[in-house]
Amino acid sequence: MKPREIRLSTTPTADALAELRLGDIVYLDGLIYTAREGVYTYALEEKANIPLELPSQSAANFHCSPAARINADGSFDMGAVTATASFRFAKWLPEWMAKTGAKLIIGKGGMSSKDYRSYFVPNGAIYLSTVGYGTGALLGRGIEKVEAVHWNERLGLAQAMWVIRCNRMGPFIVASDLAGNCLFERENAKIAQNIARLYEGSEPAVLKRYGESDDRSEEVI
Amino acid sequence: MIPIELVTDTAKDLMRKAAIEIPQDYHEGLKRAANSEDGDLASFVLQAMLDNYEAAKEDGCAMCGDTGVPRWFVKLGNEAQVEGGMVALEAALRRATGEATHSVPLRPNRVHPLWRTDHNNNVGIGAPEIEYGFEPTGDWIDLITVHKGGLFGTDYRMLFPSDGIPGIKRFYLDSLLAFGKRGLACQPAIIGVGLGGSKDISMTLGKRASVLRTVGSRNPDPKIAELENEMKDLGNAIGMGAMGFVGKNMVIDCNIEVGYCHTGGLPMSVHAFCLSSRRAVARIWPDGRVEHRTDPDWFTPYQRRETIDWDTVREGQK
Repeated sequence: MKPREIRLSTTPTADALAELRLGDIVYLDGLIYTAREGVYTYALEEKANIPLELPSQSAANFHCSPAARINADGSFDMGAVTATASFRFAKWLPEWMAKTGAKLIIGKGGMSSKDYRSYFVPNGAIYLSTVGYGTGALLGRGIEKVEAVHWNERLGLAQAMWVIRCNRMGPFIVASDLAGNCLFERENAKIAQNIARLYEGSEPAVLKRYGESDDRSEEVI
Repeated sequence: MIPIELVTDTAKDLMRKAAIEIPQDYHEGLKRAANSEDGDLASFVLQAMLDNYEAAKEDGCAMCGDTGVPRWFVKLGNEAQVEGGMVALEAALRRATGEATHSVPLRPNRVHPLWRTDHNNNVGIGAPEIEYGFEPTGDWIDLITVHKGGLFGTDYRMLFPSDGIPGIKRFYLDSLLAFGKRGLACQPAIIGVGLGGSKDISMTLGKRASVLRTVGSRNPDPKIAELENEMKDLGNAIGMGAMGFVGKNMVIDCNIEVGYCHTGGLPMSVHAFCLSSRRAVARIWPDGRVEHRTDPDWFTPYQRRETIDWDTVREGQK
């Protein structure tokens, strides 16, 4: 069965988000901004003023740093864009969501269902995963314009806050819904049924490691 | 004498090619995977990746926004000479890395580990890494650039002879499961396995097995080649495909490299060269010819030699 394809605004209504099912394919229209550890640390821990009106301008936080350059005349060239793994940002996301009203967290690999239930669901937010990873050139085709880059001198190009106008940027996959269900955990559970057969007759390694788990249904994130 | 300007220009070309063009051997492997995949979501992902390779080529833009950490492998024939010597060669490779980061553009991924300083050019302390190999004859140099991703999919473990082949398979499965979930390893990948050496060389062997051997190549030791086939099939029997979705394509190929190790141990490493397997290769001759090719051809009989002298082996083969 082919997945459904849906166009979605980066300032989505609650109804539009409620329509989405795990595994739907989404294409985005509107402004998105990149924010990862550099932006979170600067904005949340050092209390810098966020240089955008959030969420009215954009409710879409992309865990990304693009392959891009700033030209001598101040213009931008942005080629490929792909996401970085999101689970590392769980430390900052609850406060970030409360402060910015983000409804779409876009990244690589999703978060745990515990994260979804504890702060995505109360904020009416969902998670979109990039595809692949990563379809950098396809996502690059969805860039209508690079509107601005903020904090690049302080944070460097890879950690700066890029503001991008998108026109049918995608594909993305719906990895969590408004009830807090997690696409990746659903898939893990199906695959876990095979693990016992896979390891049949196999003995633990002679030398153990501290903190080691032999339960392969667990995740390392 | 190989002109230094030719080294710089070729290196810049290679940086661009590696970022934009998927190597043919991996591309063919992924097409076969896409044809055999029956998981709905995994199939969608593989088709999107194939579309992405076309888009990157058409638009002249990097395949993936994370353009990895550029590094260099340099192979020299025994008679090769570079204008300005090896220090000039290293400067040329660093210059090409910095310039290509701006011109392609690539993501300036390289930062200081503690102060997170970013020179926005992928150059810094120890970056890009430049490693060398030699061949007994020839006046050429091979430049190989690899832009491997850096965060997930790689692990190391000290096993022991009593762990044996079953222990090797177990740690291999552990690594694929740990980093395959949610697709952290960006699979299906070329999985490189390093066996033996000391701890660091075990990592080096596995890394090189994943990035310096092509899809479809086999270790010349027939028993290791058989193990490569078995481990490829084992990885694809997990039931996990692209992005950790249900599927049957986790491993495009499995390459194993070995090195002699301490008599008491069996160090092992596992590496995953991802859906954007960025590598590009060219041979530069003193007369100015530049020949591009897909296969790094790093692991020659000379690189895998077991004896003290190379000449002895060659004489024996005559």
